[in-house]
Amino acid sequence: MTTDTNKAPALKEWPLWEVFIRSKQGLEHKHCGSLHAADARQALQMARDVYTRRQEGVSIWVVPSAQITASEPDDKAEFFEPMGDKIYRHPTFYEIPDEVGHM
Amino acid sequence: MYTQAMDIPDGQPALKPVARTASEAEAALQARFDARIDADGRIEPQDWMPEAYRKTLVRQISQHAHSEIVGMLPEGNWISRAPSLKRKAILIAKVQDEGGHGLYLYSAAETLGTSRDQMFDALHTGKAKYSSIFNYPTLNWADVGVIGWLVDGAAIMNQIPLCRCSYGPYARAMVRVCKEESFHQRQGYESLLQMMKGTQAQKDMVQDAVNRWWWKCLAMFGPPDADSPNSAQGMRWGIKRMSNDDLRQKFVDATVPQAQVLGVTLPDPDLKWNEERGHWDFGAIDWDEFWNTVNGNGPCNKERLATRVKAWNDGAWLREGALAHEAKQRERTMKEAA
Repeated sequence: MTTDTNKAPALKEWPLWEVFIRSKQGLEHKHCGSLHAADARQALQMARDVYTRRQEGVSIWVVPSAQITASEPDDKAEFFEPMGDKIYRHPTFYEIPDEVGHM
Repeated sequence: MYTQAMDIPDGQPALKPVARTASEAEAALQARFDARIDADGRIEPQDWMPEAYRKTLVRQISQHAHSEIVGMLPEGNWISRAPSLKRKAILIAKVQDEGGHGLYLYSAAETLGTSRDQMFDALHTGKAKYSSIFNYPTLNWADVGVIGWLVDGAAIMNQIPLCRCSYGPYARAMVRVCKEESFHQRQGYESLLQMMKGTQAQKDMVQDAVNRWWWKCLAMFGPPDADSPNSAQGMRWGIKRMSNDDLRQKFVDATVPQAQVLGVTLPDPDLKWNEERGHWDFGAIDWDEFWNTVNGNGPCNKERLATRVKAWNDGAWLREGALAHEAKQRERTMKEAA
């Protein structure tokens, strides 16, 4: 992270949190946005007020944004490229006689 | 959403296999960016982008965010005076939505490397603009309905194409905003329908409010294409999807039949259907008044900004207190653990 925003003197901003919402039982939590809050409890309450005003969720996770490790943009090619030529990992790579039916 | 913390990692930059000259590397990055835009792809916060693209987006998104939160003020004035509990509950929900929209947009702008406080500072010192429409007063209850129907209607027209904006976080914020705006427009229109079934005095209130807001809503789409020098670049970058004039025409075409159903007239003697164009023709907009308001001399510019600054300053003790509480709790937990 670039540090300038977090090191502001005197009155500093409330830290940033990422919000993940489970829209209904049985589904995964999905990232839906972020917000500033002083602590975890407040972040949860504010996430409820901002992101579930119309019953969009049954469960909320909040995570301090600074705690997230992301892949670096410059890595992109090298990081994901190795999977590009491994088409044998997909079922469509294999030809099966029609009479076998669905497999 | 999408903090710069996630997207601009700490530590040393990744090693590059071949050290190219700066200009060569820059040109390659620019080419990759252009290719992605041309393919109607999306740019995400961690991607390289031209400085001008970043700056334009910060300006556009933060202005949009400021408009959402300043937009809470003219309507907020009517919460305590709403004519029924039902209308009060609806209005509170709407104003709360506007605050939420501001948050989605500030978050999108923050992914471009500007902090929330920097944006607030720009708003509070008058450096940043917000939509001029909020510098007009809400004189009676019908104004609240007309804001929902026309102002939010115009905003939706503007925002729907932005759901396909080339900058991912902005586009995603717009999707969320548009879903909620639909409620805003419908509640306003329905509230006016109700008044139009009432007494003559109520009908007159609606007509009066429509007369005062109509032209200002047409101006919301911005200057004519010919006087909008930055539009072409915005279109090229995919951060503007339709021209000001096209959006304005679309709004007029959509609104005229709604006015007929409602039973009000629109205050434009030149408004008439053009069979050949397949659109409604409309009269000339007073751009002098528009620019006068943009430049700070509208009827409510000073009041809106002063109200906003006061709210921010009056809330300082709470923001500080919450941080102090958090620090104290953390210290206590650490002591107990030790």
